[in-house]
Amino acid sequence: MSELKGIYALWYREFKVFTRERSRVVSSIINPLLWLFIIGTGLGSFLSFGPVGYQAFLYPGILIMTSLFSAVFFGVYIVWDKKVDFMKEVLVAPMRRTSIFIGKILGGSTDTLIQTMILIVIGIALSFAGILQIHFTVLSILVTVVFLFVITVGLCAIGLIIGSQMESPEGFQLIISFLIFPLFFLSGAIFPIYNQSGVLSTIVLVNPVTYAVDGMRGVLIGRGPQLGQFDPWLDFLVITIFSAIMVAIGTYAFKKMKL
Amino acid sequence: MAAIIDIKDLTKTYEDRTVVDHLNLQIEEGEIFGLLGPNGAGKTTTLLMLTTLKPPTSGTALINGFDITKRPDKVRKSIGIVFQEPSTDEILTGYENLKLHGWLYDMPDHLLKERITDVLQLVNLTDRKDDLVKRYSGGMRRRLELARGLMHHPKVLFLDEPTLGLDPQSREGLWRYIEKLAQEKNMTIILTTHYMDEADRLCNRLAIMDKGKIVVLDTPKQLKANLGGDIVRLKAPHLDQERLKALPYVKKISPCDGELCLTVENASSHLQEILTLVGKVDSVEVRIPTLDDVFLHYTGKALKNSDAQGGWTSGPMTGEANE
Ligand SMILES: Nc1ncnc2c1ncn2[C@@H]1O[C@H](COP(=O)(O)OP(=O)(O)OP(=O)(O)O)[C@@H](O)[C@H]1O
Ligand SMILES: [Mg+2]
Repeated sequence: MSELKGIYALWYREFKVFTRERSRVVSSIINPLLWLFIIGTGLGSFLSFGPVGYQAFLYPGILIMTSLFSAVFFGVYIVWDKKVDFMKEVLVAPMRRTSIFIGKILGGSTDTLIQTMILIVIGIALSFAGILQIHFTVLSILVTVVFLFVITVGLCAIGLIIGSQMESPEGFQLIISFLIFPLFFLSGAIFPIYNQSGVLSTIVLVNPVTYAVDGMRGVLIGRGPQLGQFDPWLDFLVITIFSAIMVAIGTYAFKKMKL
Repeated sequence: MAAIIDIKDLTKTYEDRTVVDHLNLQIEEGEIFGLLGPNGAGKTTTLLMLTTLKPPTSGTALINGFDITKRPDKVRKSIGIVFQEPSTDEILTGYENLKLHGWLYDMPDHLLKERITDVLQLVNLTDRKDDLVKRYSGGMRRRLELARGLMHHPKVLFLDEPTLGLDPQSREGLWRYIEKLAQEKNMTIILTTHYMDEADRLCNRLAIMDKGKIVVLDTPKQLKANLGGDIVRLKAPHLDQERLKALPYVKKISPCDGELCLTVENASSHLQEILTLVGKVDSVEVRIPTLDDVFLHYTGKALKNSDAQGGWTSGPMTGEANE
């Protein structure tokens, strides 16, 4: 009971902060849209994979990009938070570290999911207007949201693991270069995954984000050699296992966390 | 009665620098205990270890019977802390910060509302409670942190420089509230401060720390008495320190702010002799010692002007006092 109240408190705090930092939310939506229109249209004029235009192909990748940047950054941010902000107050409170971790994950995932949800709504509008060739059905939207939720939890956990173990924010840029960009570019988000050479294709195959993109592309566009390539259940299984492992490691990392 | 805080050989080392050095200390329930010391003495580090936020390098402490290294969860249930650094959330309102605190400490709703009203009144923030904390002034933010720390009435409350940046009314109000908590709720309060008047007024006992060690520990009254006399402050054109030192009732001579301070046993009856010996004086002041004198005596950190040029020195003033 008491733990639930604490978890709620943490979630409430993240949600309030999210709703008050409008400019951050706006930019987190604008960036993916710029990708969709500039890269999507630019490359779309001479590229297409499968039966649809490049923009549609890119769309699931854009959803993942939003989740990836938002969730990982959210987590890593606690390296600041525990120095100068509210985190210290939370760490001396009589709450289990596991509950703190869960509260953080829920807060971060809520923020991230709201952002991707807005992009889904925009996507639906675009497809009605005939600009984006994607079949949005109740089922495909539902599956997409579930995929996004599961992968977001795992990504948020990665961020929190790193943030909880870092002692100063100095390594922050490195995380973008060595974690976020590789996870994004080597996930099939912006080009199909089969035509890559040895090492890269191995990385693609062990990258959990690959399976999130694949699953969403399969259900939003269709399956085929350049689209959804794996069984959607396999995709789902992989990201679920990934997120479960990350949550387990994160719980442990939080137990060990010091200022 | 067993001590509510029992610190055993508590040590913290950063790389090769020992900032808290085999600290041993017992604090009784209901006590208001002051931890004084110059900047960097290790006060905050000690509090962060006691509140389970930093792991000790060696040694440990029992708080309310629980070991800070083995049962941090139990320890956290017994304590509250107001940090030296800000830890309220700027993007939330004052009221929201307090409400979250209540949730984190699992306070029932009615009690939460009641306490929030109380503490807001105490720190005089009732009419600003719905403003975002980033729109507060520095002192208002400090007051909010205090209100939050006092809200859940822990068994042991740590206050790290609680009144830093507060105006005189707020300080006075806070002092009274702290005293009330200790008396009525039997709460144990450990505070650090650089204000000697505050320490003198509030604390049952004080420890002066320097370089990670406790230099002296006693009641404020006893500490002042231990200096062994009154303070005579002299300004004179020709001061012969050697001859003053030779006087049996002069316990200690130290420079203070360009003048000379003597610690003199029973100053009122010896003043005439001292003045005769010094000859012409520009000014003289006799007073009973304050905690400032005690602090300077044990830590020796003061702006000294011993060579008429002035300059910072930090070496301990090995006094001639109280052998
Ligand atoms: N994370 C850290 N890494 C290395 N040294 C540290 C760290 N934190 C504190 N110190 C050092 O430990 C010593 C004690 O610091 P502490 O903050 O405990 O002092 P303090 O008594 O609270 O001083 P103040 O009155 O200025 O608040 C200082 O020399 C400080 O530089
Ligand atoms: Mg300090």
